[in-house]
Amino acid sequence: MSSFKELTGKAVALDRTNVDTDQIIPKQFLKRIEKTGFGQYLFYDWRYKPDGELNEDFELNQVQNQGASILIANENFGCGSSREHAPWALQDYGFNVIIAPSFADIFYQNCLKNGILPIVLSEAEVTYLLKEAATQPYKLTVSLEQKCVCDKDGFHASFEISPYWYNMLLNGWDEIELTLQLEGRITEYEEKFKKRDQASA
Amino acid sequence: MGKTIIEKIWENHVVHQEEGKPDLLYIDLHLIHEVTSPQAFSGLRVKSRNVRRPDLTFATMDHNVPTVNRQQIDDPVAKNQMDTLRSNCQEFGIQLADLDSPDQGIVHVIGPELGLTKPGMTIVCGDSHTSTHGAFGSLAFGIGTSEVEHVLATQTLWQGKPKTLKIEVSGSLGPGVGAKDVILSIISEHGVKFGTGYVIEFCGEVIKSMSMEERMTICNMSIEGGAKASIVAPDDKTFAYLNGRKYVPEGDAFLDSILDWKQLSSDEDAVHDMVIEIDGNKIAPMVSWGTNPSMTAPVSGRVPYLHECSTETEKKSLQRALDYMGLQEGQPITDIKVTKVFIGSCTNSRLEDLRAASEVVKGNKVAPGVQAIVVPGSQNVKKAAEAEGLAQIFIEAGFEWRESGCSMCLSMNADVVGPKEHCASTSNRNFEGRQGAGARTHLVSPAMAAAAALQGCFVDVRSLAGVEV
Ligand code: SF4
Repeated sequence: MSSFKELTGKAVALDRTNVDTDQIIPKQFLKRIEKTGFGQYLFYDWRYKPDGELNEDFELNQVQNQGASILIANENFGCGSSREHAPWALQDYGFNVIIAPSFADIFYQNCLKNGILPIVLSEAEVTYLLKEAATQPYKLTVSLEQKCVCDKDGFHASFEISPYWYNMLLNGWDEIELTLQLEGRITEYEEKFKKRDQASA
Repeated sequence: MGKTIIEKIWENHVVHQEEGKPDLLYIDLHLIHEVTSPQAFSGLRVKSRNVRRPDLTFATMDHNVPTVNRQQIDDPVAKNQMDTLRSNCQEFGIQLADLDSPDQGIVHVIGPELGLTKPGMTIVCGDSHTSTHGAFGSLAFGIGTSEVEHVLATQTLWQGKPKTLKIEVSGSLGPGVGAKDVILSIISEHGVKFGTGYVIEFCGEVIKSMSMEERMTICNMSIEGGAKASIVAPDDKTFAYLNGRKYVPEGDAFLDSILDWKQLSSDEDAVHDMVIEIDGNKIAPMVSWGTNPSMTAPVSGRVPYLHECSTETEKKSLQRALDYMGLQEGQPITDIKVTKVFIGSCTNSRLEDLRAASEVVKGNKVAPGVQAIVVPGSQNVKKAAEAEGLAQIFIEAGFEWRESGCSMCLSMNADVVGPKEHCASTSNRNFEGRQGAGARTHLVSPAMAAAAALQGCFVDVRSLAGVEV
């Protein structure tokens, strides 16, 4: 897993509620068997018109938003399917931080596993950020170490993250590697429940 | 204080606990399919890791598969994905219900049907609708591809303990009202994120009197309310359903299992973190009109007016949904015309769903200008439906009778709803573009979808002449 410590970057606002993973990466692009190269398809039906032309009204397509690495989103971002292609696409496009008042559970996990930092802030804080990012080229600094988000005009917000993920992200540890260190425990468990196990096979 | 069924299953599966970490849970059954597994296997290969328990892993192909001429896959990218699953299963020794297997079908249909799904288990799959399996009293939830890789390598997952939510559905359902209407009505009232962070336990008279198929429909769509998983305590119906299925133990072993399974219910004095009570008598047949499952109304109702929105954000999202769906504010549901009808998906493609739809269809014809397809959830469902004459009823009425798969639920194969076309669909998601770019999905029960096919618009199935509901 890639690590995350601190990032200063351009923020873009996507002020829509319940953005589902079908919007983040439509199903026709899920057939590939790689993890890379999904960025070009991110928000495909919003970024492009039905005839394939660029939709200039869409937030991500606006000139001042090019090169953004922080996405400010609204409630329940990432709802819907479990497709990890959604965070792969966001990351491949250039986003390493997503800030929203709430996230769907599986999506939140999927972000962490890929070294993307999903940050939950209060509705008031997100409303402020959405407004700032929508009206000017807007930069934010996100520090995982300090667990805070700030801008140059004095905005400062703290966020929470579980200690487990705090350490995993900062160190970029391989979760499977860590679990395999507990292999003895897993084998012990399997021995203990052998009877149940056989009944289920 | 007593324990909930969710806590009991959780505690039975904790392999390791440590301060400052989630729990390490053992996984009893890992289901995989072609779309969310290839990158997980690649990850194993990169690190020279193995699959720890291929015997607790089971694979099927469902998302991409064609529902006509299924051996001929024209899309080379889709074909490659299916071939990749096949070779991964071979390499790691995992059982696969391949395209030519009599057991092939949608992952959440075949798990229960084959008896792989059993009470008290932890079940995961790289698919959000894994919640379906909770109908059997198992703790079943969807995971991402990194987690698929983790389970393949270790047969475990790190999981933070979820909160518990009890939903009690009391009373009884009126004629023509089914499980799909219950879950749609819950989501329309409580929204698409009320369940975030929770595992739901469904209980109450209505749930108790439901068949296993109906319970699966309810649990299937609990994820649309944001829940991680949902569960129904196993009872005699559960045991009767499981008896004799392919992967269920027989004889004394089965009776022993029942004794264990009977322990699986929430204690009298168990406390859930939240409780919601629903009056089953008040639920009517539902139709979704918008672009997420909470945008749903009773068939006798209408699309909301903009002035009814309480916040600007709500108003904006209503306007977006109206524009996308091509509807007017305040429009009656029964004014909406459909040109496509899809009966299928892991929500409503089981034998009982097809029976309910065929009851409505029997002796009638699909309305001119409507294309209606029935896609059974599995090859076993297809065979059984053909044997009891349901296929014939559909075909005579003008429905297309297809091979099993996910099909028009997410339209990864050739089964697509055209731009601006309205589709009455028994699936679970009405997101923008879900059934095709610009497609307009309306979620309904199998009986309501059948009625829409006959009328070419939404109609209260209870009002159809000659239909016994
Ligand atoms: S039928 Fe639809 S919801 Fe169910 S597994 Fe297939 S694509 Fe997912």
